[in-house]
Amino acid sequence: MALQDKYKELTDAATASGVTNLQVREQDGVLYIDGDAPGGAAKDRLWDIYNKIDPDFRAGDLVMNINVTGLIEGTKLKVVTQSSNLNIRKGPGTDQPIVGKAAHNEIVTLVSKSSDQWWLVRTDAGEEGYSYAQYLTPA
Amino acid sequence: MKRSILNYLIVLASATMIAATLSSCGPKDADIKAAVTKQMQAMPDMSGMTADVKDGVVTLSGEVKDDATKAMCETVAKGVAGVKSVVNNCTVAPPPPPPAAPVVIAADDPLTKGVTDAIKDFTGVKADVKDGVITLTGEIKKADLKTLMMSLNTLKPKKIDNQLVIK
Repeated sequence: MALQDKYKELTDAATASGVTNLQVREQDGVLYIDGDAPGGAAKDRLWDIYNKIDPDFRAGDLVMNINVTGLIEGTKLKVVTQSSNLNIRKGPGTDQPIVGKAAHNEIVTLVSKSSDQWWLVRTDAGEEGYSYAQYLTPA
Repeated sequence: MKRSILNYLIVLASATMIAATLSSCGPKDADIKAAVTKQMQAMPDMSGMTADVKDGVVTLSGEVKDDATKAMCETVAKGVAGVKSVVNNCTVAPPPPPPAAPVVIAADDPLTKGVTDAIKDFTGVKADVKDGVITLTGEIKKADLKTLMMSLNTLKPKKIDNQLVIK
């Protein structure tokens, strides 16, 4: 219960910001918060609260698995790498061969979400493959 | 004067007779209540029920676990001698929420692969995976820490031990 109290501001904010399928479970000294956020901004806010409660994420007592929902096939995504090109790979994994590149700030189309980490995308040039979801945000 | 005393006696006599007739037509409400309550308390599912009786009409209230028990309460009350009818105000308890499923922790193989993918672009970050625990060592820019943690947290680790030195 102590962990749920520690992160109460976070779970309250998750409920308030419309996170669905919210699950808060404590197991072996770690709190697990799972849920689907209605948008990237809501997810970002929750992470800022997490960082405020546990500065630099040092405590190792929370695993927060919040994913953004509502991204359906055909959604336009912007490449948000720091400056470099985004690799488009044959399969979901960095061990997979690179089949294409998308430039920084380029808009690509979501084909499907293979996992929470790897999304199948298509560029306007017609290249199709898997890219790391962290570098893609709804355009 | 004599006549009015006689009248008074007649009225008194008939009132006594009417009262006697009424009370003799069945058990008293209090007795019915006692009998119904006794029956309810004999059954564990109904022990929390209360019965009120007025003119032979039993009103049941309290919370039961399901519709079958609610119907059973009514049957039991109707079976008690002297009960004319039963008003069943029992409420059925909402079903208890299902117990939370245990947290699923990723196996080390897919977790290691996921961690490799996640740290690829963060030069200077090293990660070790053992029994679901991700241990981060090396160094990272403060601005990158949140991004890295956001992506590691989606991999279903048991926990993340962040020993990174922040530049």
